[in-house]
Amino acid sequence: SLGLSIYLSVQGGVVGVVTTNLLIRGALLFSVGVFLALVLNLLQVQRNVTLFPPDVISSIFSSAWWVPPCCGTASAMIGLLYPCIDSHLGEPHKFKREWSSVMRCVAVFVGINHASAKVDFANNVQLSLTLAALSVGLWWTFDRSRSGFGLGVSIALLATLATQLLVYNGVFQYTSPDFLYIRSWLPCIFFAGVITMGNIGRQLALYEYKFIQEKTHQD
Amino acid sequence: MTLREQLREKISAAFYRHGLLCASYPVPIILFTSASILTCCYPLLRLPLPGTGPVEFTTGVRDYSVPSHEPQGDLGERPDWYRGPPVAYIQQVLVKAAVSPWDSSLVTVDVFRSPLGRAFSLLEEIRNHVHSDSLETLCLQVTDLFPGLRRMQSVLPEHGCLLVSPGLHTSATLRDLLFGVPGKYTGVSHYNKKKVVTYTMTLVLSRYDARFLGSLRARLKQLHPSANCSLRDDHMVHVHFKEEIGIAELIPLVTTYIILFAYIYFSTRKIDMVKSKWGLALAAVVTVLSSLLMSVGLCTLFGLTPTLNGGEIFPYLVVVIGLENVLVLTKSVVSTPVDLEVKLRIAQGLSNESWSIMKNMATELCIILIGYFTLVPAIQEFCLFAVVGLVSDFFLQMFFFTTVLSIDIRRMELADLNRRLPAEAGLPPPKPGPLRTREAPPPPRPSPHTITLQTPAFRNLRLPKRLRVVYFLARTRLAQRIIMVGTVIWIGILVYTDPAGIRTYLAAQVSDQSPLGDPGGGGLPPHLGVAPVFRGGDPTSTLGINPAPAPTPIPDNQSQGHHGSSRVGPLPEAPPPSVPQITWGAEDEEGWRRLSFRHWPSLFSYYNITLAKRYISILPVIPVTVHLSPQEAIETRHPQDTKHPPPSIPKVAADIQTDLTLYKVAALGLAAGVLLVLLLFCLYRVLCPRNYGQNGVTHGRRRRGDLPCDDYGYSPPVSEISPLLLRGHSMDIECLASDGMLLASCCLAGQIRVWDAQTGDCLTVIPNHGLRRSSSSGCWEQRDGWESVSGAAETECLGSEAHGSSISGDGLSEGEGYPLRRRTAPSRPTLFTDQPDLTPLIDTNFADQPPSHLCTPPREGFDFGGLVERAYMEHEPPSPSAYPSPSSASSSPPSGAQLQRRPSLGDSSAFLTQDRASTAGTQATADWESSVWAMELRGNLIAAGRSSGKLELWDAVEGSLRCINEDGVSGITALAFLNNRIVAARLNGSLDFFTVEINKPLGLLQYRGAPGRGSMPPSPCYSSEDVISCQLTRSVQCAHQKPITVLRAAAGRVVAGSQDHTVRVYRLEDSCCLFTLQGHSGGITAIYIDQTMVLASGGQDGAICLWDVLTGSRVSHVYGHRGDVTSLVCTTSCVISSGLDDLICIWDRSTGIKLYSIQQEVGCGASLGVISESLLVTGGQGCVSFWDLNFGDLLQTVYLGQSSDGQGVRQLLVLDNAAIICDFGSELSLVYVPSVLEKLD
Repeated sequence: SLGLSIYLSVQGGVVGVVTTNLLIRGALLFSVGVFLALVLNLLQVQRNVTLFPPDVISSIFSSAWWVPPCCGTASAMIGLLYPCIDSHLGEPHKFKREWSSVMRCVAVFVGINHASAKVDFANNVQLSLTLAALSVGLWWTFDRSRSGFGLGVSIALLATLATQLLVYNGVFQYTSPDFLYIRSWLPCIFFAGVITMGNIGRQLALYEYKFIQEKTHQD
Repeated sequence: MTLREQLREKISAAFYRHGLLCASYPVPIILFTSASILTCCYPLLRLPLPGTGPVEFTTGVRDYSVPSHEPQGDLGERPDWYRGPPVAYIQQVLVKAAVSPWDSSLVTVDVFRSPLGRAFSLLEEIRNHVHSDSLETLCLQVTDLFPGLRRMQSVLPEHGCLLVSPGLHTSATLRDLLFGVPGKYTGVSHYNKKKVVTYTMTLVLSRYDARFLGSLRARLKQLHPSANCSLRDDHMVHVHFKEEIGIAELIPLVTTYIILFAYIYFSTRKIDMVKSKWGLALAAVVTVLSSLLMSVGLCTLFGLTPTLNGGEIFPYLVVVIGLENVLVLTKSVVSTPVDLEVKLRIAQGLSNESWSIMKNMATELCIILIGYFTLVPAIQEFCLFAVVGLVSDFFLQMFFFTTVLSIDIRRMELADLNRRLPAEAGLPPPKPGPLRTREAPPPPRPSPHTITLQTPAFRNLRLPKRLRVVYFLARTRLAQRIIMVGTVIWIGILVYTDPAGIRTYLAAQVSDQSPLGDPGGGGLPPHLGVAPVFRGGDPTSTLGINPAPAPTPIPDNQSQGHHGSSRVGPLPEAPPPSVPQITWGAEDEEGWRRLSFRHWPSLFSYYNITLAKRYISILPVIPVTVHLSPQEAIETRHPQDTKHPPPSIPKVAADIQTDLTLYKVAALGLAAGVLLVLLLFCLYRVLCPRNYGQNGVTHGRRRRGDLPCDDYGYSPPVSEISPLLLRGHSMDIECLASDGMLLASCCLAGQIRVWDAQTGDCLTVIPNHGLRRSSSSGCWEQRDGWESVSGAAETECLGSEAHGSSISGDGLSEGEGYPLRRRTAPSRPTLFTDQPDLTPLIDTNFADQPPSHLCTPPREGFDFGGLVERAYMEHEPPSPSAYPSPSSASSSPPSGAQLQRRPSLGDSSAFLTQDRASTAGTQATADWESSVWAMELRGNLIAAGRSSGKLELWDAVEGSLRCINEDGVSGITALAFLNNRIVAARLNGSLDFFTVEINKPLGLLQYRGAPGRGSMPPSPCYSSEDVISCQLTRSVQCAHQKPITVLRAAAGRVVAGSQDHTVRVYRLEDSCCLFTLQGHSGGITAIYIDQTMVLASGGQDGAICLWDVLTGSRVSHVYGHRGDVTSLVCTTSCVISSGLDDLICIWDRSTGIKLYSIQQEVGCGASLGVISESLLVTGGQGCVSFWDLNFGDLLQTVYLGQSSDGQGVRQLLVLDNAAIICDFGSELSLVYVPSVLEKLD
């Protein structure tokens, strides 16, 4: 479960000092990403937002097998990238560095997904605008860093492009695409996801910060 | 801007007043709040309870008419779902069939084969029944089965009437469906003693035609009359089904709840420094939850019915409303000064945070209002709930939570008061007079082996009953455990009652276990599973909509023959009753009730018809009784039935077989129980803090005295963070010793000061210049002038502003007021008068100096040239021409070996040369010339080990020298003082054991405090009349090959670590060497031993070893530091080490895994101490830092002086009353453990 894995990540952050932590962090982020992908995909599939070929739908959790690993990898990359960029830019992220805040962020992210899948909107423009506002609100509430925003926007654009390509090549499709081949709210979701994973990654890195210091000291 | 300021002021003032109000009248306010919560939640009673179970409504059959779609005013208690026609009418035909009379020649399969066979003829009858309409027109026409259910095609009808009747080839889940009776009631089993088979044929109709059904009922009754049947047939039951939540929808829901719980957990974990962490956490959660309930209740009150799925949006609402304000409030209140009144603290805390709370609230309201204008109904509703929830949450925070917080803070202060009470009550009345004599024993301190119990009356006074109950609850963690158990039970219930959950699975399991579903195990021939009932019949046709081929009753000859042969076989059972009784009872009336409530939905779902939010009407059953003759039974027998006669199991065995299913269920239950316990355990482990076992509790209680109320893992704040500076020493402090009540310090100048560890008052000063009480005259004598001159010189050389102004430098005589007379001693050669005393410059604290400099060649050590030159220059004026520098070569070259700041322990010979021989010859004369290298303090006695090898015992209160022992000549490098024994380690590697004997005038040995339960007697008490002698009991000459660097004593053991890479453990009583512990590859630099016989040692190789003191074996061995290990502390769960590399590492004690490490400032690595199980304190540059041991978080940094860039903290001593003495240059700092909470937001 996510709660447990987050808890373990706290523990892992402590225990993981012995073995160098990058791998552990990556693995944790990966698992969180996989888990979220599974759950959120389930939400979408329920509402028939995305359609996968019929033979895949019978597979586990009625989602294509490659989706969760992809999301996991992406989230691991994002989660590692954020603290890295923070340290490179030399502006350590200080805003609301607590696990409770991170959990809140994850909850809001799931909520945004939930809304996108379950709430009936009048039209797509409204839906997209609402979700965009929600995503930006998420960034403002939990991140508020320029680097976070920039990274979020760029990754969201990249991911949207990738999805377009995937759908164009017929790997899967959306039932009612309104933005070329995909749904127009997809970038918002991606943006919110990037912010969330970045938040988690930063928090994990924070736990490690003290320990890494020692490593550099020893080397 | 001014407007903003004004607003801010006003808000702050309002909050202040409100805080005062809340803290002043807690009980009325809580009552008022509870009442308002209940009032607001009252409308919730009208809302339907959530649940997925079906709802029933019964009407009569006679006057039944299809309900209209329009809501019809007030029609009694007609439910609002009872509108419009039902999805379907269910007509069940309940068949009870038996072969009668039972013939002993029949085999068990015959019990149900032929009765089931009759189902087909009945089916035909029903199918062909025509009244005015045929069945085809009335029944519910179904089309294809749901894709994915292809395997059921053979048994469920497709493309036609939905008419379900049993067959033999059914899987367990389907069998219930087809039989229409729960598996165990069917009687289709080999061990059916009643030999009656019960099943239903279920007819699903789309229209209700009373006449058709009446004629069908009459026809069937006429064909198969049921005697003694009195089933009522005048009621039809309408069953309404709720929307179901499938697994697919459940997973996201569960995920959101898990995130919610994690959020709550991480939030409430931050609540700290309060009396009851869990209580406040609970209050916080209650605040949020009841604000949500209030919001829903209020919305309902004003006519808005919630349409959203409450369970779904609930987590999001909680997250939106959040626990932040509550936490901010708690932190703010907790960090107010503790010496204020509770009311004022609450008020201050509230007003401090008022602005941010209001700001946050305004922001959130704005955001939500924006959300309201999205004009999406769902979001609007969510926002409405959130707004009302926010407002009510604010209300509850202000009234409910603040009040609870005030109660908690008051409780904490009570506990604080209680804890301090015994210390003061135990004190004897303070003696008048400026000289605070310490003749009376210090108040009893709760030491691990002496537990002082108060008299019962006193205890009662201290702990009111109410508080004791609360303390009991707190101590046993009753609330936590109940909550945990409750959670687990709740989860269990959730899982159990979940439609797709365990219950149906269990039911399926049970029916699977029964013989029919388990052909192999149950003894049914395996072919039966697929074989048609009738020979040659097509399995798919048995139940199809196409009429099954007429049963061919023509007996097969072959089967007859086989049958005949089977007769000779042993019969499994004793002669059965001749006529199986078919009885009808009330339980048959509504047999469908015994089915799973998912029976109908799943039947309809096979045809892609959902019953969610719709209803079906169940008509009264038609009872049918069928009696078959044995002949018929034999005729319908399958040829293979007799080929494989069921194994002849004895009756008892059969019973066992029947019971086996029960056992399997029981085993399953047991496994579930074990799983539950494991889950509980995991929850317990996850939710509870570490070190929360027996060890931690006893430890914590030991430290905090005998109050049962205070075994939380933190220390409550004692005072504000204001370090108490103990000034008086003129030079750097070298030795520190404390016994908890008193604190003795010795500076490089040789001056010993005794302080009260509680107040920081300087009690005694033992100067190092020849002040001693002469035994004959009793007047103060002064030592030879040599020392006073040198004293002045050293004062100046350390930067005193008075250059030659006054010889009687203020450094040493400060605060003493003793007249200083210069007197030249004839015994001393004048040659020495012109040499400055450089002794104080020599740092001889071997235990605490990082010995890595030993490796460096002496030439590259510290450059003391400048210092010494200055000393010389300033010393010059008194006798400028007397001695140019004849002795410079011998005594003080600027970088000579003697002046090494960190002298090697190895070259002790060079070091010892400067120990000038004492000139005073009398026994009770202190040796002023040599410096104090080691000091210990126990009771009222200060044991000081000097570089000359002398051991002195001083009275700490009076400042008089009580005893001196000059048996050894080698300098004492370390001392251990335990009970009445002193162990001295000398530079030459020998260990001397001394016994302190107190010869009272009365000859009595008086012990301080009540005799405890512990094995060790407490420290003896000395009074000024006693004659104290210090006898060398044993001297272990070659205890170590090389100088002993560390000496520790505890639990009756003395542990010495030496440069020779070994640690030796001695028994204190008989100074017998128990073990020589080898394992380090460098000199030993740090040792830790405590009462629990935990022994850890650290060496120059950077390794840390944990030893078992009882066996002398090495428990673990880790390499942790790049240089020497400089100090070591153990707690019950971890080992904390610091090294020359200025790292502090925290290790898991049991596994030896490094948990984390803390980088210290340069030069401060060695100073660390553990205050409680979870609080670590380390020294830094002019500050001390507090760390949370469990997570390695920096809690707070306390600066010791204004000039924060001052000297580093070199020594750190944690006292029993949780105060810290920092060796901070020439000053000592007494830092009480502050409130270690810092505000993060």
